[in-house]
Amino acid sequence: MSDQSSVEILTEWDIVAARQLGRNVAKELGFGTVDQARITTAISELARNIYLYAGQGRIEIQQLTENGMKGILIIAADSGPGIPDVRKVMEDGFTTSGGLGAGLPGVKRLMDDFRIETIQGEGTDIRATKWLR
Amino acid sequence: MPHRIETQYQEILNEYVKKQTEQNLYVGQNFSRQLILENISPEEVISMHKAAIQELYGDLPDVVWHSFDFLIEMMINYGLALQERQSLLKRQEELKVEMDLAANVQETLLKTKLPSLEGLDIGLLSIPARKMNGDYIYFVSDYDGYAGVAVADVIGKGLPAALCMSMIKFGMDSLSSSHAMPKDVLGVINRIVEKSVDDSMFVSMFYANYDAGEARLTYGSAGHEPAILYRAETSEFDELQAKGLLLGVSPAAVYEQHCVTLTKGDMVIMMTDGVTEGRNEEGFIEREVVFELIEKKKDEPAQAIVQYVYDELERMQNAELQDDFTLVIYKKA
Repeated sequence: MSDQSSVEILTEWDIVAARQLGRNVAKELGFGTVDQARITTAISELARNIYLYAGQGRIEIQQLTENGMKGILIIAADSGPGIPDVRKVMEDGFTTSGGLGAGLPGVKRLMDDFRIETIQGEGTDIRATKWLR
Repeated sequence: MPHRIETQYQEILNEYVKKQTEQNLYVGQNFSRQLILENISPEEVISMHKAAIQELYGDLPDVVWHSFDFLIEMMINYGLALQERQSLLKRQEELKVEMDLAANVQETLLKTKLPSLEGLDIGLLSIPARKMNGDYIYFVSDYDGYAGVAVADVIGKGLPAALCMSMIKFGMDSLSSSHAMPKDVLGVINRIVEKSVDDSMFVSMFYANYDAGEARLTYGSAGHEPAILYRAETSEFDELQAKGLLLGVSPAAVYEQHCVTLTKGDMVIMMTDGVTEGRNEEGFIEREVVFELIEKKKDEPAQAIVQYVYDELERMQNAELQDDFTLVIYKKA
């Protein structure tokens, strides 16, 4: 079962809207303050990547229920240039050294599950889940 | 977060709020070490703090609670930085283990056997500044009265230099005749290095060939630190000059060779710039200092001399080796 809603990312202000959507859903699901902050930081990071590197895209937030567990799924999708070297952007110290914030390794750490699909010239689809404990 | 930690934190905090002593702060500081050991992130600490305050002094203005929520948000990236640091430390540890293994492989790979010739006393010491040695010594001897020696220095240190060394070793192996003349040896190794090494990497090399029957040393150099000839009779030190480009610069490079005849007590001192470019607080250690050290021990066996020079130079540099250090002495007995 899933409930979904999404925010189009076109300007920097849309990052705030995506955060707000994520926070509302996380709160509703019963995540504590610390996890809410982690989830919104992950959303911020993904939305900012779309804004900076793809120009435009979409953040989608879904509520998940699986085997009696509740969780939140963030989908970040864009039709941008794609990521040429995924291994590299997933390395510690790669994005952060450029002062770009937590980077994708950070998103992976903030969430429980992290998947990335990217095709050069076609776009990127990132899915990150956090389960309620 | 484990409940026991939350309870402990609440107790420690409560003690301090009741009585602001240094003792109570010290307890808190020790507790923070434990938090780090248990991988508790900054945002969790603040959340724990908020919960403790709530429990101890429940009725406080909203502004207090909002400020804690704000602080939690602020700390998320600090928590990530901490986790990243831990993962980088682990990676660093793995790399260190790999480097240790590589250094062992290098040591085995570059092993060389000291020639044993009637009338020639050889001393050798090669100490890397880092894990991997960028200096290289190779002896060629086939028990027919000749002892060849190559002293090479890759410009650069560490792993790239070590990889480059291996190539020189295989080049030398392919020559492997103790009769080979310096100009030919340098010519062959130059072509190998030029073909196989990156443009930014250069190697200097001194090659000498000692004919025990004639007590004659024939030598050539590819941009290497000049070897020094010590004459026992006059107690003078002279540079053994030989022109030649660094290895790897041009495939057409041509190398000179010259020869000297040794008499009893004479020494040929071959080295890398790690010996002459040591530094102390006052600046570079002069070559003359090295000569003085050698002269002081001139009657000792060659191995004792090189060891003495190293020990003294190391002492002058406060045990901080700036560059790989290699010193070889051929002493006519």
